[in-house]
Amino acid sequence: MRAIRVFLSRLFGLFRTERLERDMDEEFDFHLQNEVAENLRGGMSSDEALAVARRRFGGVAQVKEAYREAHSLPFFQVLWQDLRFGFRMLRRNPGFSVLAILCLTIGIGATTAVFSWIEGVLLRPFPGVAHQERMMAVAGTYRGVAGAPGDSTDLSWPDFQDFQKNCKLIDAFIVDRITGVTLAIGDRAERARGSVVSANYFDALGVRPILGRGFEPAENFGRNAHPVTVISYQMWKERFHSDPAIIGRAQLLNGMPHTVIGVAPEGFYGTFVGWAMQFWVPVSMQERFSAGEYKLEDRGAPWIEGFVRLKPGVTPQQAQAEMSAVARRLENDYPATNRGRGVRLFPLWKTPFNNAGTLFPMLSVALAVVCFVLLIACANVGNLLLVKAFGRRHEMTVRLAVGAGRGRLLKQLLTEGLILSTIAAACGLLVANWCRNLLPLLLPSRGGVTMRLPGEIDWRVLVLSTGVCLISAVFFGLVPAVQSSKIDLVSALKAESGGVVGGSRRAVLRGGLIVVQVSLSFVLLVGAGLLLKSLGAIQNTSPGFTTHGVLTTWVDLTAAGYDTERARYFQDALTDRLQSLGGVQSVAFARVTPFGYIGYSSAPIAVDGYVTAPDEDATVDYNEVGPGYFATMGIPLVEGREFRRADNETAPLVAVVNEVMAAKYWRGRSPVGSRLQVKGRWMQVVGTAKVSKYRNLAEARKPFFYVAMRQNVNGLSLNIRTSLGPDAATKALVREIHALDANLAPGEVITMQEQVDRTTAVQRVAVTMLGVFGGLALLLAAIGLYGVMSYTVSQRSRELGLRMALGASTSNLLGLVLSYGLALTAGGVMLGAAAALSLTRLMGNLLYNVSPRDPLAFGSAFVVMAIAALAACFLPAYRAARTDPVRALRQ
Amino acid sequence: MDNQKSDVLHGSLGLMVLRTLDTLGPQHGWGIARRIEQISGDALALNQGTLYPSLLRLEQMGWVASKWGTSDNNRRAKFYSITRAGKKQLLAEAKNWERISDILGRFLKPSKESA
Repeated sequence: MRAIRVFLSRLFGLFRTERLERDMDEEFDFHLQNEVAENLRGGMSSDEALAVARRRFGGVAQVKEAYREAHSLPFFQVLWQDLRFGFRMLRRNPGFSVLAILCLTIGIGATTAVFSWIEGVLLRPFPGVAHQERMMAVAGTYRGVAGAPGDSTDLSWPDFQDFQKNCKLIDAFIVDRITGVTLAIGDRAERARGSVVSANYFDALGVRPILGRGFEPAENFGRNAHPVTVISYQMWKERFHSDPAIIGRAQLLNGMPHTVIGVAPEGFYGTFVGWAMQFWVPVSMQERFSAGEYKLEDRGAPWIEGFVRLKPGVTPQQAQAEMSAVARRLENDYPATNRGRGVRLFPLWKTPFNNAGTLFPMLSVALAVVCFVLLIACANVGNLLLVKAFGRRHEMTVRLAVGAGRGRLLKQLLTEGLILSTIAAACGLLVANWCRNLLPLLLPSRGGVTMRLPGEIDWRVLVLSTGVCLISAVFFGLVPAVQSSKIDLVSALKAESGGVVGGSRRAVLRGGLIVVQVSLSFVLLVGAGLLLKSLGAIQNTSPGFTTHGVLTTWVDLTAAGYDTERARYFQDALTDRLQSLGGVQSVAFARVTPFGYIGYSSAPIAVDGYVTAPDEDATVDYNEVGPGYFATMGIPLVEGREFRRADNETAPLVAVVNEVMAAKYWRGRSPVGSRLQVKGRWMQVVGTAKVSKYRNLAEARKPFFYVAMRQNVNGLSLNIRTSLGPDAATKALVREIHALDANLAPGEVITMQEQVDRTTAVQRVAVTMLGVFGGLALLLAAIGLYGVMSYTVSQRSRELGLRMALGASTSNLLGLVLSYGLALTAGGVMLGAAAALSLTRLMGNLLYNVSPRDPLAFGSAFVVMAIAALAACFLPAYRAARTDPVRALRQ
Repeated sequence: MDNQKSDVLHGSLGLMVLRTLDTLGPQHGWGIARRIEQISGDALALNQGTLYPSLLRLEQMGWVASKWGTSDNNRRAKFYSITRAGKKQLLAEAKNWERISDILGRFLKPSKESA
């Protein structure tokens, strides 16, 4: 109690310093005057009386200091003093302060922005969802292969239920399969994104609908038996104008009225990194949302993407082991469908089926890059502080001479560093806040909808940034402190007039900082060069089909309630109408457009005369394409013919294989005319196509084949080869579609080039990011080098003058200074090259057709660095060469 | 600064101050200093100034209250008086002090005899 009382009264004492001084003066004065009066009465002279009174009182100044100390909290008072002094120092050197704070703001701002992206996109990507730290993504594997985005398979509903039944370490199994529907019918179809989810979805995620209810367990079962939907807050607000009576109303989804049973809370966007979901439907409605393919009872029909939540205390390894054991049992029990199928858990940031998996390598590189920038910025500010500390050498020496403890000086320097980094951290947070929503702007939008990839500045990010700020503050404080603690009082005071100063220790420290900066920038430059070369390599890779003059879009007939019969009739009619337009060369429907999100079908195949090895994977991807597909896409045929309209339901089944498949299964013989078995049906091969890229530019050449869409599942993707631009083509397309059905509209119309570019977006963002930060780093390093060089020259002007007086030529001096600068650069480059050799390996999966040790990237980084270094050193060297020996020596 | 030493000093000095205020009633700093010197004679070489931080601490503990008033010679002066908590503390401290000096006294006597 007493302690608290004392603390409080001292705390208040902090704010009453003026009154304290007045009172103290008056009280002590009163005391001394009484004492003097007493002494005078005792017979002393007035001088003597005062002296004795003072002596008996003790040193007035010391007593006052002791009194002040007792009056408040000395720690805070000293801190307050240091803060005020620090601010004064910063105000006195505005140029220095602004430069230092700017450097640091860039460093801390960039780091915080990347922290916030990692937090909001990778670590805790689902706002409003409880226990994300225990959530993992679950995907299927086939013959042990999974992991790379696009390579994972899905799970079937019967398998999923078996996992759910048999895994004891897992709290909740959540199905979450993204799907889309066409909502508004106008000039352009407006897509709404939604998910087919298990009935436990909302309960397991801890999300409570603000109106109505979530799903009930029974809604998992019964083919198309539960046309109910929960809509997002956004959709409720925008489409239904926040209608409080929305529950129970019907909304047409994929041609079937669904009853709205709930509205999700504001700020819940579903569980798909990259896109905000607008509605959710239960598993029982799967058929409606997969273009009429009923998969709920088929163990061999994988379609489920999802999540699991581990029980508290269960490690991912334990859960993985348990699930793999169940998967092995399923392999035994159902060899026909499950042989070779496994299951794999992924941390959320490696989720293979949403954008987390694609963004993870990019954000890791971004994190490394901003850490480099931060280090460079710190080194730069450290150098600036060294220069300033040198200017303050006199101040420090005097302070030490009059008795300041070295600890006290250190405290002050640390406080100054802290002020700098705190201001910079505050500015950096502002910068990061602005950059929070920058990520989607770098990535392409789809159909006018930008991705939802917000950075999240929560307490974890704040703690990290504060840590960065504190560490940098300590660094700044210590750099000048290292040298001020070495001050030798006598020599420092004597050498006050200047002359041969700047001990070698300081020069080494400054040089060291420059070497670090140069090496870090060099690493960034190499990284940027590698990515640039890789991007060039990707963009120079031919996809194997025409990207210019080919447009792609879709017409969703299932959503409009068409059955297969009507859909086929419509597609033929539309194809005819479009083909008769001027400027349109050819038109073809297909199930999958290359490089899209929709996955290819894949099936085990058999070929006469080809024996499959026991452990060989005999499944091959294929696409269902309409007549004229190869002509439209510009995929050349090596031999045979492509599909015709006559290849219909009643005609013999036909297929086209690609050249890789032909080489593998027919071994040099022509496949045309022979048979191919797909899913138990024999088809006649009618043509061989050139190999092309199917999912992305980086993929390897692989076997692939095409079947006639007419004889298989119908598709909705529409490809048009035309000289019209996307806008003109959209107008014509809308006109023609409306002529057939006024209620239909096409989806987003884009060129195939755009379609391809969307898959390289991540690489381009990485290049942009490394380019910007690499340039920034180079600039910072050049400024640092320039600073050191000019400083060295100004400090050595006497030496330079002497050299000149002794006969050194201008070019001698120029060379002397330049060689010092270039030596520092060379040191940095060597260090940087060594670091880059080991670091660029980590970029492996961002690089395409480029070795991480690509000599061109290293060479150009070296050239750029050398030019920057020359530019930074030249002005100081030029100044050195123009030293006036007379003036320099007289100084 | 050597804290331990000054604390001991402040401890006993505080006790003297409390005792002085208890017997004389409200006093200004100089009056307290004079009184302590009178009682201790020349035995205590005290810097009068040290009294003031000590008074401040006693006030922060709530054992002493201060008030500005007018002195005998008509000048503004700060007067200190003992509070009720201060009186309690004085009683406790005095008892404690007697006990300690009693024990110490007993310790020191026999050692003199044996020498």
